[in-house]
Amino acid sequence: MQLMIKERVLNASEKQIPTTTVDDLYAEAGHWHVNTGEEKIHAKRMGGRWRTLKWWSNAFWLVFFLGPYLRWDDRQAVLFDIPNRQFHIFGATVLPQDFWMLSLLLLFFAILLAVATAVAGRVWCGFFCFQTVWTDVYTWIEDKLEGAPQKRRKLDEAPMDARKLRIKVTKHALWLVIAFFTGISFVAWFNDAYQLWADLFAFEIGTVALVFMLMFIAGTYVLAGFMREQACFWLCPYARIQGVMIDRTTVLPTYDFQRGEPRGRVKKGQSEEDRTTGDCIDCNQCVAVCPTGVDIRNGQQEGCITCALCIDACDAVMEKVGRPKGLIRYESLDVLEGGVSTPMLKRPRVWIYAAILTAALSGIIYGLSSLDAIDLKVIHARQPLFVQQSDGSIQNKYTLKVLNKMSADADVDITVSGPQGLVLVGADEPISARHGQVSSRTVFVRVPPEQLVSESTPLSFSVTTVYKGERFTSQRDSVFIGPKP
Amino acid sequence: MADDKNPFPGENNTGHVWDDNIRELNNPIPRWWMIGFWASIIWWVAYGLLYPMIPLANDWTKGMLGWTMTGEYQEAVEEITAVRAQFEDQISALSAKEILADEGLTSYTIASARVLFGDNCAACHGSAGQGNPGFPVLADDDWLYGGSIEAIEQTLINGRRGMMIAHGKMLSDQEISTLANFVVGWSQGQEDPAGAQLYKDKGCFGCHGQDGKGLQMLGSANLTDAIWRFNEADKVAGAAYTIRHGVNDPSDPQTREAVMPAFKDRLSENDIKKLAVYVYSLGGGQ
Repeated sequence: MQLMIKERVLNASEKQIPTTTVDDLYAEAGHWHVNTGEEKIHAKRMGGRWRTLKWWSNAFWLVFFLGPYLRWDDRQAVLFDIPNRQFHIFGATVLPQDFWMLSLLLLFFAILLAVATAVAGRVWCGFFCFQTVWTDVYTWIEDKLEGAPQKRRKLDEAPMDARKLRIKVTKHALWLVIAFFTGISFVAWFNDAYQLWADLFAFEIGTVALVFMLMFIAGTYVLAGFMREQACFWLCPYARIQGVMIDRTTVLPTYDFQRGEPRGRVKKGQSEEDRTTGDCIDCNQCVAVCPTGVDIRNGQQEGCITCALCIDACDAVMEKVGRPKGLIRYESLDVLEGGVSTPMLKRPRVWIYAAILTAALSGIIYGLSSLDAIDLKVIHARQPLFVQQSDGSIQNKYTLKVLNKMSADADVDITVSGPQGLVLVGADEPISARHGQVSSRTVFVRVPPEQLVSESTPLSFSVTTVYKGERFTSQRDSVFIGPKP
Repeated sequence: MADDKNPFPGENNTGHVWDDNIRELNNPIPRWWMIGFWASIIWWVAYGLLYPMIPLANDWTKGMLGWTMTGEYQEAVEEITAVRAQFEDQISALSAKEILADEGLTSYTIASARVLFGDNCAACHGSAGQGNPGFPVLADDDWLYGGSIEAIEQTLINGRRGMMIAHGKMLSDQEISTLANFVVGWSQGQEDPAGAQLYKDKGCFGCHGQDGKGLQMLGSANLTDAIWRFNEADKVAGAAYTIRHGVNDPSDPQTREAVMPAFKDRLSENDIKKLAVYVYSLGGGQ
């Protein structure tokens, strides 16, 4: 689709070029501008509907900065405690045993990305991606300190003097402050946030935490301060992947080439009725405001993160020249070309994506709601499978592993049900199960040989504990092995 | 092909032009690449100075850090020894019985004694104490010399040597058959007055006791339980063989062998203690 629009626009303006020789192709290639960062993009900032929306979506990331300071009971509300291999999410504790839910969570987010992109373009890139958001805040600071794009370019070229130094130092200091908070906030999701600050001021911060913090500080500073749109162009795989998620029915910030072309500057004294050009006055405002420096009028392209800031710019211009707004607007290619749009609910991929989303979400909800307080695993000793005792009874050996997912240690009682006359040895004392850990105990079961009718007899262990007046049980089936009768 | 006259002057090409316009440019290598290139060389030199690197005729360059692979291995061993030290210290301060009373220490002991058992015991007693033909099962609750933790430790320290006189020259074939049938029946709860009388007359009770339950002091077998020290498919024939040839009787070349070697000179006190705990926990400790 991307190509089709490009061709269309090109055909309109360059139809006459005969592409007969290789040299002509090379000449044509010169018209294609590929942003490889030789020239720094200084985007113009201006107000508008989408600009306001962007601030709100940026604000979503406050959760990232403030979240770690929420408390739940006597610990951090959301804590990904990797050294102890447990994730605390408010009331729930997720242990490695529950990690199948993570795959569903990843599936959920992957499909969420797909469905959002299929319906409304690169919503993630344009409004929520950390690269976009941090770059936006960094350039906002730049704009406040250095002024509008022309002033910024001038300052960049100017020789170093006291004023330039002051401005540049202030800018980089502010950037580093943001980078620092980004670093510490990231680490705070994996360490107790308050403890982390205390350790930081006491210079006792752990190596891993420090390394990650520095990585994120450096990453934020370099990616948002210097790499900017280059990260979207050349580092990020999503920029390319999302291209295939978009189809002709996806609504995207799009330039209405039917209405705009052929573009032409407003001529003084010419009345609107005599105008032979399209609505586009070729003021380049849409390019000026673009944070990735693309020209939306070339059609949908990999550099467009669909942030919609060009819509604000174009609408402001259209208002000034008295032409209808929406020359650049959220629109699908189908509507632009033929005026027909497929309702969202008639698009199969919306339904399929929604079904996968629902399935993943219900799996996660089921998983979180059925987290057992204790979990029992039974391992039957294989060598030897059974041992005859002096009274003739047959003995089997089992290793019981009790996982305690509660927040306190617990005494767990063991019981077993199976063939008649069975004796459980080694379970008189309850297992003291440490919280968040697996505690194991070896027990023996003896059964008189006359009760065994086959080599293998079913048997069921269960463990029980009482915590805060509530009773928790976990049961696990196993087998009792005896000699051939 | 190459031509003296360069059709694209001022372009920094090598002057090689093919098909009119395909030419080889002589652009400088990218700076990032050159930085990486020189960094690799500096790395190589630094590495060679710090670590062993170049093999010589009979030797090699040692490097300034004095690092060796075996040295690193030794360090790792020291590290794990330090981790184990706290447990090992406790084990040497406690008796085997006291170790058993501590669940945490017991699981450490069992985990660390598994290797000791494999190296020293498993050849005869099986990898999990399940026994082998001619060698006792350690996972059951029948103990010739006692199944208490102290008795097991003693067995490990001093070893055991079974002892039963060969009765082949003292008893007739008929008597041996009667006794063999009697003791096998006894273990299965059957009564045989004639056999019982013979058991008494021939003095079997001297070692095996009036009730036939054996004496752990002597290591004589319990004849009334389901477990046979010399377990064979034909129990009666097995018992008859034992009565005829005895156990460890030097006068009978066909005698059964039952020797547990002493481990006091082979293993440290701690290792023996650990093995005692391990064997006790196999399933039959009393």
